Amino acid sequence: MKRRDFVKKTTLSSFATLIGTELVFGSKMLEGYTPLALQDPDPFKLFNKHKDMVVLNDKPWNIEAQAHLLDDKITPNLSMFVRNNGLLPEAINSKSWTLTIDGESVAKQKTYTLAELKSKFEQHTYQLTIECGGNGRAEFDPPAKGNQWTIGAVHCASWTGVRLRDVLEDAGIRSNAVYIGYHAIDKHLSMDPKKEPISRGCPMSKALQDETLLAFKMNGEDIPLIHGYPLRLVAGGWPASVSGKWVNRISIRNKVHDGTKMTGTAYRVPCEPVAPGEKVKDEDMCIIESMPVKSLITYPKTGAIINKEKSLNIRGHAWAGELEVTKMEYSIDFGSSWTACTVEKPANRLAWQHFSATVDFPKSGYYEVWARATDGNSKAQPMLLPGWNPKGYLNNACHRIALKVK
Amino acid sequence: MNKEEAYRVQVRKLYRSLMLFFTLFVITGGGIMYYMYHPDGLDFNSKSDAIVAVPIVEDEDRIENGIHMKTGLVEAEGLMIVVNNCTNCHSAKLVTQNRMNTERWNATIKWMQETQNLWDLGGNQEIIVNYLVTNYPPIAKGRRMILTNLEWYELAE
Repeated sequence: MKRRDFVKKTTLSSFATLIGTELVFGSKMLEGYTPLALQDPDPFKLFNKHKDMVVLNDKPWNIEAQAHLLDDKITPNLSMFVRNNGLLPEAINSKSWTLTIDGESVAKQKTYTLAELKSKFEQHTYQLTIECGGNGRAEFDPPAKGNQWTIGAVHCASWTGVRLRDVLEDAGIRSNAVYIGYHAIDKHLSMDPKKEPISRGCPMSKALQDETLLAFKMNGEDIPLIHGYPLRLVAGGWPASVSGKWVNRISIRNKVHDGTKMTGTAYRVPCEPVAPGEKVKDEDMCIIESMPVKSLITYPKTGAIINKEKSLNIRGHAWAGELEVTKMEYSIDFGSSWTACTVEKPANRLAWQHFSATVDFPKSGYYEVWARATDGNSKAQPMLLPGWNPKGYLNNACHRIALKVK
Repeated sequence: MNKEEAYRVQVRKLYRSLMLFFTLFVITGGGIMYYMYHPDGLDFNSKSDAIVAVPIVEDEDRIENGIHMKTGLVEAEGLMIVVNNCTNCHSAKLVTQNRMNTERWNATIKWMQETQNLWDLGGNQEIIVNYLVTNYPPIAKGRRMILTNLEWYELAE
C-alpha cells in the first residue's frame, strides 16, 4: 500500500508540477480575464453588445456597429463600437483608482482619487460624437493597413464627468504648455510592460474646451469596462483615439505629446494630398484633429422592399467634428438631384444631429438613397472616396442604402 | 539478507530509477510542449500571459473544409508557420482583414519588429508573405464599390 501511495504521490506531484503550473495560470486568468483568453469567447455577452455587431478583431477586441444599430438618438452600449489597441486591463478597483496630473508644464504634480475628482469639481453631462479616425478604412484602394472598419465606428453617447480644464487648472498649467498626453493601464499585445498600447492626447486648446471631460459615467451609469471604466478622457469631434480609456495619468507637455500612436504615421494623414498608393515620409504626415463632416442613414436598414404607394420615412444622424451640420440632403438618383432633409440642432456642441425626410419614389425598381451633410464651412461629404492616405483615415464619403420599390 | 529480501531491494531500486526516469521524462516533455506553444514563454522576466492554458485543448490545429478552425486561416502551403508566428500577439482576423502585396507585407513585418516586439522570422518570412499574398490578395475597389451582400426584407411601416 505504501508503495502505491508513493506511486500516486510521485505521479501526481510530477504532473502537478506540469499541469499544476498551467492550472495556476488558468485560475489567475479566471479572475476577470478568462473569457477573453478562451478559444471561442462570446464578445456579445461579454461586453453586452447587440448580436448584429461585427467583430473585426478578437485580439485586441475591435467590434463595429451597422448603420441600423445606430438609430437611437443617444447610442446605448449595445451598439457602441469597440476599438482597443491593447489587452483589456484586469482587476480594477475604483476605490483605489487615482489620476495623476504631471508633465513638464504642470505647476505642481498632483494626484486625485476618483472620489476627490467627483466631489471637488463640478460635474457636467454632454452628448459627444466619438468616431474612430479609421472609420471607413475598408473602402480605400489601394487598401490601407489596420482594422477594416466600414461605417460603424462611431457613436454618440451621453458622458458625465468633470472638465479636464478644471482639473488641469487645479494642478496648475504653466505658460509653456502645448499639449496633453494621457496614460492608461491597458497592456501591450506583446505583454511587454515597458510598452504602452496607446498614449495619445490633444493640444491645450482642445483640452481646455468645456466639453472635454474626464468621464466616469456613460449614459447615466458606470462606464462599461470595455469603454474605459472607471475613468475615460472624452474629447468629442476628434478621432476616438484622443478619448483615452482607463486613464490614470495625464501629462501636461511642453511639446506635442510623443506617446505611442502620436508619432510616425499613426492617426496622421499626408500634410499635402498624395496620389493613391504613394509613399509618404513620416515627417510629411500631420496629426488628425477635428473629424470631417459625415452622416449615416440609420432607418430603414439597407435592403428594404417597400410599396410604391407609400412614402418612405428615412432618418439618421449627421456630425461635423468641431463644427455644426448646417444642411442635410438626400438623393435617390445617384446625386443628379438632392432634396433637403430636416436637420435638428445638436443637443450640445459636438453632439450628432438628427435628420429625417419623407421620400417618394417615381416608379418601381432598384434605388439607392444617398445622404449628404454639409458643415458650417460649406464643406459637404463627397460621393466618392476622399483623398487616399496611407493609413486609410477620414473616409467621410456619403452613406447610402439600397431599396426596392414594388 | 535472504534471497527474497535481496530481490525486494532490487525491485525497489529498479522501481526508483524507473520513477525517476518517468518524472524526468514528464518534466522534459512538458517543457518542450510548453516551449513549442510559447516560444517566448521561457523568458521568466516577463509576467506570464493569460493564454497558457491553451495547450490542454485537444486537436487545436484541426482543419475542417480547408479552414484551420482555431484561427480561420485557409489551409495552404505555409499555414502552420503563419499560425505559429502571426497569431501569438494578435488575432488572425487582423491578418486576413488586411490585403497587401509582398512589398507592403515586408514593410509591415519590419514595423512589427521595430515597434511591436516581433522576432526575426528568418527563412519563414518568405513563406509567410507568400502564403498571405497568395491566399489573401488585394481586391480592387476603385473609388466606390457597389453595394453587395444585401439581405432583402419587406419593410413593414
